[in-house]
Amino acid sequence: MKTMKRKVFTAAALTGAAIMVTGCELPVGVETDQKGYRGLGLEQVTKRHLEARKRADMEIPPVEGPASSSGPKAGDIYENVEVLGDLSIGEFNRLMNAITAWVAPEEGCNYCHVPGNFADENIYTKIVSRNMLEMTKTINTEWDAHVGQTGVTCYTCHMGNPVPENIWYEDPGMKQASGFSAQRMGQNLAGDNVASTSLPNDVFSAFLQEDPKNLRVTPRTSLPGPEDPDNLMDAEWGYGLMIHFSKALGATCTTCHNTNNFPDWGTSPVQRVTAWHGIELVRMLNVDYLNPLQPVYPSNRLGVAAGDAPKANCATCHNGLQLPLDGAPMLNDYPELNRVERREGWTPAQDEAATTEAKADVAQDAADA
Amino acid sequence: MSMLSFEKRYRVRGGTLIGGDLFDFWVGPFYVGFFGVLTAVFALLGTLLIVWGAAMGPTWNIWQISINPPDLSYGLGLAPLDEGGLWQFITMCAIGAFVSWGLRQVEICNKLGMGYHVPIAFGVAVFAYVTLVVFRPILLGAWGHGFPYGIMSHLDWVSNVGYQFLHFHYNPAHMLAITFFFTTALALSLHGGLILSVTNPKKGQAVKTPEYEDTFFRDTIGYSIGALGIHRLGLFLALNAAFWSAVCIIISGPFWTRSWPEWWNWWLDLPIWA
Repeated sequence: MKTMKRKVFTAAALTGAAIMVTGCELPVGVETDQKGYRGLGLEQVTKRHLEARKRADMEIPPVEGPASSSGPKAGDIYENVEVLGDLSIGEFNRLMNAITAWVAPEEGCNYCHVPGNFADENIYTKIVSRNMLEMTKTINTEWDAHVGQTGVTCYTCHMGNPVPENIWYEDPGMKQASGFSAQRMGQNLAGDNVASTSLPNDVFSAFLQEDPKNLRVTPRTSLPGPEDPDNLMDAEWGYGLMIHFSKALGATCTTCHNTNNFPDWGTSPVQRVTAWHGIELVRMLNVDYLNPLQPVYPSNRLGVAAGDAPKANCATCHNGLQLPLDGAPMLNDYPELNRVERREGWTPAQDEAATTEAKADVAQDAADA
Repeated sequence: MSMLSFEKRYRVRGGTLIGGDLFDFWVGPFYVGFFGVLTAVFALLGTLLIVWGAAMGPTWNIWQISINPPDLSYGLGLAPLDEGGLWQFITMCAIGAFVSWGLRQVEICNKLGMGYHVPIAFGVAVFAYVTLVVFRPILLGAWGHGFPYGIMSHLDWVSNVGYQFLHFHYNPAHMLAITFFFTTALALSLHGGLILSVTNPKKGQAVKTPEYEDTFFRDTIGYSIGALGIHRLGLFLALNAAFWSAVCIIISGPFWTRSWPEWWNWWLDLPIWA
């Protein structure tokens, strides 16, 4: 009996110790940032080694010297230059080199161009990149409420990957029995979207698409009634989206809220205003730019469950940082990105729908598999 | 207040930890002792400092008075009185008063030849407080991580610190602490109810013996922990509640900076299925 007790005790102690060791960070390299009046817990605690790990892959590509804006326009010399036609030849080629380094550094020009015939339109990546260039300009020129003067470049999201690392597809969850069987209601499955909580999982389809769910669910009356139709479940959806915000930015609830009153703007840190514009921005990106590309993509780029186009959320650009790329002002070196303009009266030389898969793309997928 | 007839035989000299016979006397029913004096001094000084802080502050509204710790930028140094220095002195007074009170309990135990169960239990509560305002701030490198002394403001602190970890209910030590608090309440209410039920008989009936207490629980759940056991259990539950409260906050920040829900990924990542 005594040995039995000792064995049980030893096993419990070992298990406990293992959980402690694997489940803990060492209390070293602590960084703290106070975000409000002293003593109210409006602060963020980070660890230097964890912050460094987040930035391990982050490397700003070197900048080529500026190109002359004089000389003939790219649209007049090259065939099928639809959105960058107003750049000079020098500016155009410099930007092409930059985009290659930003988006397809390993695959090279052939990721978006048919080898030997750069004018060929029969490759979907070229069509997508045109829309992406227009999208970039829209973000930089119309959404400074969110991106400020730093703006975005292709590299903000792509960071050297042909497909940005953080994208999302509709996720209706696993198939379930109906009738009287228990319903998951889209929650209680540990998923990355909501940091493994039990909260509803597919918060992106709910909030970052057309016809979004209502995020303002705080009651304005003391009792529930027709004026306050939202219930606790609606609040859980919003909580799920907010967890995504925090994860995507490496932030916490207190980055944007004084939690003694979440809905009150008066006591919220100013970051909340930027974040509010961010919600509007991401919805616009998905609705105006990313969803419409659905017919252009080959099937291997579409969502498994719904066949939808890849879409953006906060993490697509932020990649775990409150300022994407720590606020590196890459746009300053490439003002040409804000001169994207669809040429009037332009028709592609070949007007066939361009859905051929890029060769490099297929090769990459094969390598991944 | 006069002394009860049997009280005198318990009032023996000695058993003091410090100062010998100095202050070894009673005032009315209260034992004074060196640590009693110390407690009174610290408590009075601390309370007056709070009143002074309130006088310098914007309000006399009892709910809104708040003595806040310094900015994080002061680190582990001293801050000016009106910028958190008061909080630092009040914290010293509070710890001084709490520890003195505990040591006074030890002296009383010595006089009575009792075990130290009460001062040890009290010490666990003090340990939880010191964890909040001393150990955790030291580990995080600034006194500003302590909580503010105000009825509403300390609740704001609790809320804001909790939400830094996105969902504090996923903190495993917090889970344990809450469970122990609830179980303490359950055990205490069952015990209180049981004792009252046997000691408040109907008119004309005798008070029931402990056998009735045991039998009630044997009949109900098949087991009675017994008259002594229930107090062991009660102490165990209550001490664990305070202890795991201290653990749940000291691991938040120093030992874990990410969201608490993600801590549980170790379970998802177990090599059995990951």
